[in-house]
Amino acid sequence: MDLLPPLPVVIPLLGAALLLGAPRTMRRQIVDGVALVVALAVLILCVVLAMKTSSGRLVYWFGGWKPRELGGRPIALGVSFSIDPLGAGMAALAAGLVCSALVFSWHYFKEVGNLFHVLMLVFLGAMVGFCLSGDLFNMFVFFELMSVAAYSLTAYKIEERGPLQGALNFAVTNSVGGFLLLTGLALLYARTGALNLAQIGHALDGTHLDGLVIVAFVFLMTGFLVKAAVVPFHFWLADAHSVAPTPVCMLFSGVMVELGLYGVARVYWTVFEGPMSVHIPQLREVLMAMAVVTALVGSVMCLLQHHLKRLLAFSTVSHAGLFLLGVALLQPKALGGVAIYIAAHGAVKAALFVCVGILLDRKGSVDERRIFGRGRDLPFTGVLFMLGGLALAGLPPFGTFLGKGLVEEQASELGLWWVPWLFVAVSAMTGGAVLRAAGRVFRGWGEPPEFDPTSLEEGHEDRETGGASTRTRLVMLAPAIALLAAALVLGILPSVPQRAVRGAVAFEDHRGYEAAVLGLPAASRAGSPAPLGSSFSSVLLGILGALLAVTIALIALFKHLLPEAPVEWVRSRLSPVGERMRTLHSGHVSDYIAWLTAGVAALGGLLAAALR
Amino acid sequence: MSVFPFGVAAWLLLTGIYGIVTSRNLIHLVVCLSVVQSSTYVLLLAIGYKSHAAAPVFLNVPLATPAVDPVVQALVLTDIVVGATVTALLLGLVVQTHKRCGTLDPEALQSLRG
Repeated sequence: MDLLPPLPVVIPLLGAALLLGAPRTMRRQIVDGVALVVALAVLILCVVLAMKTSSGRLVYWFGGWKPRELGGRPIALGVSFSIDPLGAGMAALAAGLVCSALVFSWHYFKEVGNLFHVLMLVFLGAMVGFCLSGDLFNMFVFFELMSVAAYSLTAYKIEERGPLQGALNFAVTNSVGGFLLLTGLALLYARTGALNLAQIGHALDGTHLDGLVIVAFVFLMTGFLVKAAVVPFHFWLADAHSVAPTPVCMLFSGVMVELGLYGVARVYWTVFEGPMSVHIPQLREVLMAMAVVTALVGSVMCLLQHHLKRLLAFSTVSHAGLFLLGVALLQPKALGGVAIYIAAHGAVKAALFVCVGILLDRKGSVDERRIFGRGRDLPFTGVLFMLGGLALAGLPPFGTFLGKGLVEEQASELGLWWVPWLFVAVSAMTGGAVLRAAGRVFRGWGEPPEFDPTSLEEGHEDRETGGASTRTRLVMLAPAIALLAAALVLGILPSVPQRAVRGAVAFEDHRGYEAAVLGLPAASRAGSPAPLGSSFSSVLLGILGALLAVTIALIALFKHLLPEAPVEWVRSRLSPVGERMRTLHSGHVSDYIAWLTAGVAALGGLLAAALR
Repeated sequence: MSVFPFGVAAWLLLTGIYGIVTSRNLIHLVVCLSVVQSSTYVLLLAIGYKSHAAAPVFLNVPLATPAVDPVVQALVLTDIVVGATVTALLLGLVVQTHKRCGTLDPEALQSLRG
């Protein structure tokens, strides 16, 4: 039997156990080295899996418990890994980001032994398992393992108030999400007697949507959407990001949030597509509505932030909205675009966090007002940060532009003319916020900030590295360069769109998935998609987005040079809205859970009305 | 099959969430989270329950004997492990919060907002 599929989960978990058992006095370089080698091995294995599965799905049954047939119905007795290119690709993204985070943190956390590495490896193993699993309950278990590792990593600096509170908010909100996920899973089990995704899907095929299935769908979606930080389930994200150590933020923004969306897509296409395929227009509308609100709330909040980690966190919220919008189109081309967009965004966002981490290391703060103009002696970091901002805005030929373009094309084909403009506006706003911060910190552009340096309005952050560094270490800069280069390569390699869309076609092939997992006669509808390239209009939109981002940044920086009357008019109109949105993000976990409950009710009501 | 256990599960879910939303003490809040989780235990066990059926142990009994569903029981065990982990971690954070901030009132913790 082929032993390849379980390895990328087994290796990091074993590595974590090994490091946990190792003596605390072990040399730091050895710990770093072991963790990095393990993460690299996982990366290579995941890439191999993605390559191997491009010609067909790979199904691995643990213990050799293959499905049997009973009374004409296939029964999955065992637990499976059902691997396809997009799943393996997400796993590879997770492994790649863990590698760069480990390189970046080479000099981090000197005093605390091996625990950081142990948690990172557990986190990696859980993420990979979540991507490869073909069993709904195992997805839940990996999801929870990933979450618990994430909570502990958030609270890593346990001596400070901010991380404690951020981790509490994060853990409580996501745990409630996890329990809702489990409730949905239980309801599906009650209906179908199955936990394997393919078998649940097979049992639901040809049935009519009824109340139970809709409720199960709502609970499962909510569980994943909490992780995906979709409004109104997003509140935990900024709190967790603003207090977590920088290498951890790279993983949270780069891949963990996106795994929530992966869960939504995976469960929809394997389980619910049968009964829901007749309701696609209605389902699309509901999901798109959530996505648009998320994208707008995220980008507005992003512009309002001064704390750089919080700023990047809200940019992740708005991008999660864009990804959900792409998934909500329910078309292979859009899903392929989202896959590229997620990979490129993950790399770019992680690179931006690396730059923020360097600032924190050198300047001891990540508040753009506090370190106004003090980044002038870090020109190279500044250039990388600005490049990251432009890539976030969708500048060609970064991979973000390519993925965004595919989604935009698909939306236009569906007659949704406003979607490309929304993409341009939202990515320009988040890119603009990053560029504005870059201008202030690295160039000292704009008015010097007027604020009382003793007031600590937002979570004050201590250095993570112990003592100020006098120069930027190469191991800190290298991940940023490599990640931006990866985002660029994704956008340039001509085979990328073709591969992604082919992967998306396989991903959305409900019947093909059932056939491959349950050993049924193949009835695949998967054809090969038409050749793809970025069209002229999407290049124009990409450039427009980048220009718009620069304009937004320049207006934000130099508004004191503009005529006073119109600026004042705009400010008086916009600032109450901004203030109200800021007060909604109250930092109280009770409020977050109230929002979550309201969100579940709203989503359930909308779907019940739309799908009946 | 009675509706009663499903009602209990729904009630536990809702009271637990109500408790979290109105909580003024972090330990109380973490326990409320456990209450939410208990609703999943009850739900899972109720789904697998059969009246007048034996435990799913087929030792010295014919294979056709009615038995309750062992799968959900295994799920509940896993769920309990997950719950224990989360609760332990959260209580650890709460203890640390009390050490650092001297309070357990979530309203009094004001380091994150906007």
